[in-house]
Formats: sequence, C-alpha cells, structure tokens
Amino acid sequence: MLLSIQDLKVAFRLGERGAVTLTQAVNGVTFDIEENSTVALVGESGSGKSVTAMSILNLLPDNARREGRILYQGRDLLQASLPELQGLRGKEIACVFQDPMSSLNPVFTIGQQLMEPLVRHLRMTRRPALERAEALLAEVGIPEPKRRLATYPHEMSGGQQQRVMIAMALACEPRLLIADEPTTALDVTIQRQILELIAKLKEQHRMSVLFISHDLGVVGEIADQVVVMRNGIVRERGAVDAIFSAPRDAYTKALLACRPSLTDIPARLIVIDDHILGAPQPRTAKPKDADAPVVLAVRSLAKSFWLREGLFGKREFKAVQNVNFQLRRGHTLGVVGESGSGKTTMGLTLLRLHEPTGGEVIFDGRNLLTLDDRERQQMRRRIQIVFQNPYASLNPRFTIGQTLVEPMAIHDIGSNTTEREQRARSLLGRVGLDDSAFGRYPHEFSGGQRQRIAIARCLTLDPEVLVLDEAVSALDVSVQAQVLNLLKDLQDDLGLSYVFISHDLAVVRFISDDVLVMKDGEVVEQASAQQILAAPKQEYTRRLLAAIPRGYRAAH
Amino acid sequence: MAIAAPTRSEGVWRTAWWRFRGDRVGMVSLCIVGAFLVLILLSATRLVASDWQSEVGVPNAPPTLMGPRPPEDLGTIDVPKGPNVDLSDVDPLAPRYKEWAERAAKMKTVEVVRTQTLPFGGDRLGRDVMSKTIKGTEISVFVGVLAAVLATSIGTILGAFGGFFGGRADDFLEWLYNVFTAVPDILLIFAFAAVFGRGIGTVVLILGLTGWAGVYRQVRAEFIKHRGREYVRAAEAIGASPTSRMFRHILPNVSHVILVRLSLLVVGFIKAEVILSYLGLGVPVDQVSWGTMLAEAQSELILGYWWQLAAATLFMAVFVTAFSLMADAWRDALDPRLRGAE
Repeated sequence: MLLSIQDLKVAFRLGERGAVTLTQAVNGVTFDIEENSTVALVGESGSGKSVTAMSILNLLPDNARREGRILYQGRDLLQASLPELQGLRGKEIACVFQDPMSSLNPVFTIGQQLMEPLVRHLRMTRRPALERAEALLAEVGIPEPKRRLATYPHEMSGGQQQRVMIAMALACEPRLLIADEPTTALDVTIQRQILELIAKLKEQHRMSVLFISHDLGVVGEIADQVVVMRNGIVRERGAVDAIFSAPRDAYTKALLACRPSLTDIPARLIVIDDHILGAPQPRTAKPKDADAPVVLAVRSLAKSFWLREGLFGKREFKAVQNVNFQLRRGHTLGVVGESGSGKTTMGLTLLRLHEPTGGEVIFDGRNLLTLDDRERQQMRRRIQIVFQNPYASLNPRFTIGQTLVEPMAIHDIGSNTTEREQRARSLLGRVGLDDSAFGRYPHEFSGGQRQRIAIARCLTLDPEVLVLDEAVSALDVSVQAQVLNLLKDLQDDLGLSYVFISHDLAVVRFISDDVLVMKDGEVVEQASAQQILAAPKQEYTRRLLAAIPRGYRAAH
Repeated sequence: MAIAAPTRSEGVWRTAWWRFRGDRVGMVSLCIVGAFLVLILLSATRLVASDWQSEVGVPNAPPTLMGPRPPEDLGTIDVPKGPNVDLSDVDPLAPRYKEWAERAAKMKTVEVVRTQTLPFGGDRLGRDVMSKTIKGTEISVFVGVLAAVLATSIGTILGAFGGFFGGRADDFLEWLYNVFTAVPDILLIFAFAAVFGRGIGTVVLILGLTGWAGVYRQVRAEFIKHRGREYVRAAEAIGASPTSRMFRHILPNVSHVILVRLSLLVVGFIKAEVILSYLGLGVPVDQVSWGTMLAEAQSELILGYWWQLAAATLFMAVFVTAFSLMADAWRDALDPRLRGAE
C-alpha cells in the first residue's frame, strides 16, 4: 500500500472578523492507493475531490483545517512538519495541475524550470541536470528537446505545455503522481495524447497515479480503481469495471446516464434528480419539419484580423473564411472544431460583434452585413447570443431584474416598467427559476442558474435565432443535461433556431440536426449530424471522433 | 432570508458597508472624518469661528496651558527725578496742545481688553489660532475635495473614452497625457497659477487640471480590461449604445477603483494646497488655510511662538491620516475579490 487516506475531513474557516463559520469541504473520505495503480477521483465541481488531493501534500490555503489520517508508506502526512513535506513534494509525490498556461512561470525558460527540482532534490550540478532535462523532454514526446530547453512557455502550445508539466513532475521519479484535471483545459485530440502519455509513463516508471476528473468518460479509459465523490463524501468506490458495468449508487448511475452519448440519442437527457427519484421522462421530441422556412443563410462569410509585423508591416490572419450554411426555423446547426478553429469568431461575426471582412448573412431576406445602424438595431432583437462563461456574461452590479428589463427598455418592448417586470418574471419561470431570483445579484447563483438567466435575457427580445457559443461547456455534466433539456424544450415551444458552437461532439450530436466541422478557419466537412458520426468523410473529422473518451470498455 | 423572501437582496454597496463596519480602524477614521465634516459645516454656516479676523488677544498670546507671558524687561532708562523742565517757550507746537486735547476728547475710543492667553494661543496680530485653524480647515478641505472631484471627473471621462474606443481617440488622449506628465508637476502648477491669478476657485482649477493624469491612466486600463468582457459583449448584443455600455455597465464595475483614487487625491490636494499657499500662490490674503498658517508660522517659529505651527499641523495630520485610513478600509470593503476570506 502506497497511500492510505482514512476518514479525512477538511473544513475551511470562512467569514470575516469575528463571525467565523466552518464550511465542511470534505467529510470523512477513505480510500487507498496501491503501488503501481491508477485511482480516479470523480465528482462534480464542489464535490471536494481537489481538496482531498491537495490535502495530501497540504497545498491548501491557510484557513483549511484537516482531520483524519493520511498514511504515506506508514507515515502520517497530517502530522508531518513543513520541511518534511517539502522533502516529499516533487520528489516522492508530484503534482500536475489543470491549467498548464498558468502553472508554468512565463519569465523562465523550459530548461531552467525543468532543472529546478533536479538541482533542489537530487543535488545535481548544472551539466548533468541539463542532460537529464533534455532526456525528460524527449520522454514526454516533445520533438527537438535540445532546442526546446531554451524556449519560453508562451512559445509552446497548450498540449506541449502540459507535457512539460508532466516532465517536471517526473523529474525526480516520484512514486505517486497527482494529476488534477490535467486534460480539462485541452482539446479532445490533445486530451487523447496526454492520457496515453500518462498511461505509458505509469507503466515505465512503475508509479501510482491519483487522477482527478469530472468526466467519467476519461476516467473509464485510464483508471484501475474509481472513487465517486459528491458533497464531500464518497458515494461509491470500486474497480473500474464494477463501477461502469454494475454501479450500485444512484448518483453513480445518474452520472453515467446524464452524459449524452454518441450512439443512442434520447429525446431528453436524464437529469440526476430525475434519476435518483426515479421520475419518468415526461416528453418526447417533436419531429423536425424538414421543409421549414430558411431563417438564416450564410454565404462565403470571411473575417480577417490584421497583425502588426515589423515597424509598418501588416499581415492578414484569416480567422474565418468561406463559410456557407442554411439554417431552417426550429433547427439546430452544430459547429465543432478545436480551439483556434475560428468557430467562436464565426458566431460573433453573425451578430456583427466582429465586423466581417466579406460574405453575406441573409436573415429573413435581408443582408445583415449591409444594414445601416437603425435597421441593425431592429435586427439585433431577432438574433441573440449566449456566451460560454456564465460567470462573466452577467453584469455583477445589476440585479437579475435589471438585467432582464434592460433589453426590453432599449427595444421598447412593453409599454411601461411594470409590464416589463411582469414579462421578466414570467420568463424567469420559463427557464426554471423562481420569482425570488428577480431582486438578487448574479453572484448568488450557480453556473447553471446563471446560464439560465443569460438564456432568459435573450428570450426577452423574442429572438428567432440563438447563437450558443460553448454555452454548456463550463458546466458540470448534470447541470449540462438540465440546460440542454431546457434548450430543447424552448426550441420545441418557441420554434427557435440555434447555432450551437461546441468542442464537444457528443453534446453537438445530441442537440444538432446539421453539423459543420471547422479547422483553421475553414469548413472541412458539412453534413447531417447522423451522417457525420456514422460516416465521416474527412480525415480530420475521423480524428476528432476517435479522440472522444468513450468510458470503460471491457475489451480494452 | 428565505422566509422574508426579499424582492431585492443586499446590493453591492450594502454588502460593502456591512464589511466596512467590521473594520475597527476604518470605523474610527470614518468617525474622525465625520467630526471634521461637522466642524466644516458649522464653520461654513458661520456658527463657529466666524470672528476669526478679530484681534482678541495680545499679540502672540501664548496658549492658556502655558499661562500669560511674564512682563518683558523693556530695558528703558530711568525716569529722571525732579520737576519737568518747561519747554513751552521753545516748543513750536506748544500753542496747539490744548486744541488737540479738546479734539481728542470728542473722539470716542474703546479700549479693548486684550486677553493675555488664548486656548490655542494667538498669532502676531492677536487673532485666536483656534478659530483660525477651524476656518483654515474649512478652506483647505473644501479646496482638496473639490479639486479631487474635478480631477477625478476629468480623468474618468477621458479614461473611459480612451479605453473604450481605443484607436485614434486613445492615441490623442495618450499624447495629451504624455504632455502633461512630461512637465514637472510643480512647474505645471506654477504655470497655471501665473495665468489664472489668485483665489480659491483658481486653486481648485489648477489642482484639478494638473492632477487628472493618474486617474485617467488607471480608468483607461480598467476600461480596456472590461470592454472585452462577456457582459459588455452581451450588452452590445442586446443593442445597448456605447454610452450606455460605458457608463451604465462598465462604470459601476470600476467604481471602487475611482473612489479610492478620489480619496487619495483628496489627501494629495490638501497637501498641494498647503504648498501652494505657503509659496504665496494659494488662497488670497484675506482668507486663511492650513497653508497660509504654516507660511506665517515660519517667521514666528524663530521668535519661539510655536503654537500656530502646532495647531495647523495637528489638524492636518489627524485629518489626512484618518482620511487615508478610511480610503484604505473602503478599498478593502469594496474589492469583491477579498469576499469570504478570513
């Protein structure tokens, strides 16, 4: 047994000056990590999975209070002094964090950062440390490792940066690697490479891995043991095949069920509460009318940015080029691609939040791109956008009521404030929030609730087309399912058309009728959702599909 | 809270006030600043210190605490004994003495009894230093606050335009900013003072026109940061105009920066007014401020009359310190990032 966590409790002291309250983040967690095995800690945000992992090396903030026992090779780490812990950190137990961009120090070269643990823990001198660093870079699969030693983090892509982080973690040959959502910030194809790298390194170095993730699909591919957490307690613990084939806990079952899958497409997704209560699924999807009128037609849309080069020079960067599609009333167009493929720029250009460089956007028979300011204001009503980050898209100094009434006041919807407020309240009910939300501020709501509010804000204007820019990507799977269900219901009831931008093919498959696949600003494939998944024509689409984590498969 | 079902929950300002109340240093300094404001109000409505110009004590009367000054040894020569020598024969003015005495008797003179000591002492004309300091507080704080409001308004508006629109407008404003910061502050103040002449309004104008650069720079940076945020994008998508986005959406979100900057400017401008008045470019001679008091105190100090210096310095030090601490506490209370930390 390498590490054994016994009845761990972590609480945070919160509140200010006098009024101190204890918030229990982890409430009695017990699990073991065997030598040379991978244990996955799964849960939604706020489940206490990261807090559990960070308390092993006491990387928690000062206001945390830990109880219980964490035995590492028989030593209790909760009693260990800071110098003892510092001796372990990086040498015996190493960490890889979620965001490689902020984990690497931007002012030091890769080589300098890789050499630091070698010099500090292994007392190496400069020359052998440099050689070792080069070998490490080669091991994590970075081409031209010698040249890369002298580069700075910003010169590398996100995937390469995460490889460097892993190389740093491996520098002292640790016995245990703690990986805290190491692939969440990365594209699916890069995620696939990193997962394979971690699995390979685990075999080579005979180390154990504690893998933290919110995604059961990822976990199923990499873990030996799975621990499912919710609200600070362990809901289920077991071998990976048992968890996936015969889950015992209702929450685990619900987590497995609420994720949209690529193979069978239900009319609605199962929501965790439904599943736990065993409520039946209430509605079936309306069949789509294939001959519905076209609301939005886009022809050879292009957007370029001008980058400065040298003193006077400019270089054109084509973010979006030659995009064509038609969107029918009540239909959904999915747009998929990796980060940097231009899909968000395309969405913003549709609303003229970016000025397009060329092409036509025909909305209801008129070209949106040539309208004058007044007509444009009229058209704004009819095409609306929901942004990715629900924490940033609501003005923190406006109450929800103010947020919802403002667009109506701008466009003269409703004759007076009372009428507008009434309409706002009814829309809040429509998106599943109760009336008390009206006078509150955004910070009092969770991510899913805020995204509902953002949707309600769009609905105040009676739009015909909604651009959903990664609208569910920042949400937990269960909340994602609720919001996706809401979007489907609204589409059925109001006949909305969606442009659904996402990097997640499974979600796109669930909600879309047609799919655009974008790469480097260009559309590489365009077909119906079924067709794209069943018979992708392009190599790039096939690669995207192959990279999607599929959970545990017995054959593997 | 759930039972009451508030239709409107605690606003950002309410929570900030709640957090501010928990800060003991902040509350004490708020009370001190409040007391000063009451004093200024009383002085402005002529309820106290309206007679600061009257000469109530003997010149350079010492503070009551020290007691009256001992009579000085004037070192006069002894009065000669014996009868006076009659000079009437040779004195050409002698015939008119009687006439003058008669005319003098017709004049009515009031011999004011001048007190030997005053609570805070007296200045070289015998004016009460206490009243003078209170009146000086009124002028100095008024000048400081008004100039700070002026400078902050200029800086905020220019910063908002530069930061929000960018491009040409921003380039022009940056050029203006560079010109203003390239000239040493004190030189700029002298230049303005030379053009405008003396007066309280002038001091406010000078300080306001020279002090906006820092606010401008910071507000501009905040607007650049916020203009790309999604909530501003969302406001654009629902059709909000640029003015509405700038002042209804972004401004409340950067208001804590501006407020703190304003309070720092108040402190700075009070000191600047003191320097200006000390150099003779500040308030006119018939008015009093901490600065003019300090200028007078310079010559008095050589003669050992320290009380005017002490009074002005004490008032200024207490107010400026309390104001700075209060601004600091406000910053902590308004910064949403500190929320929930212990």
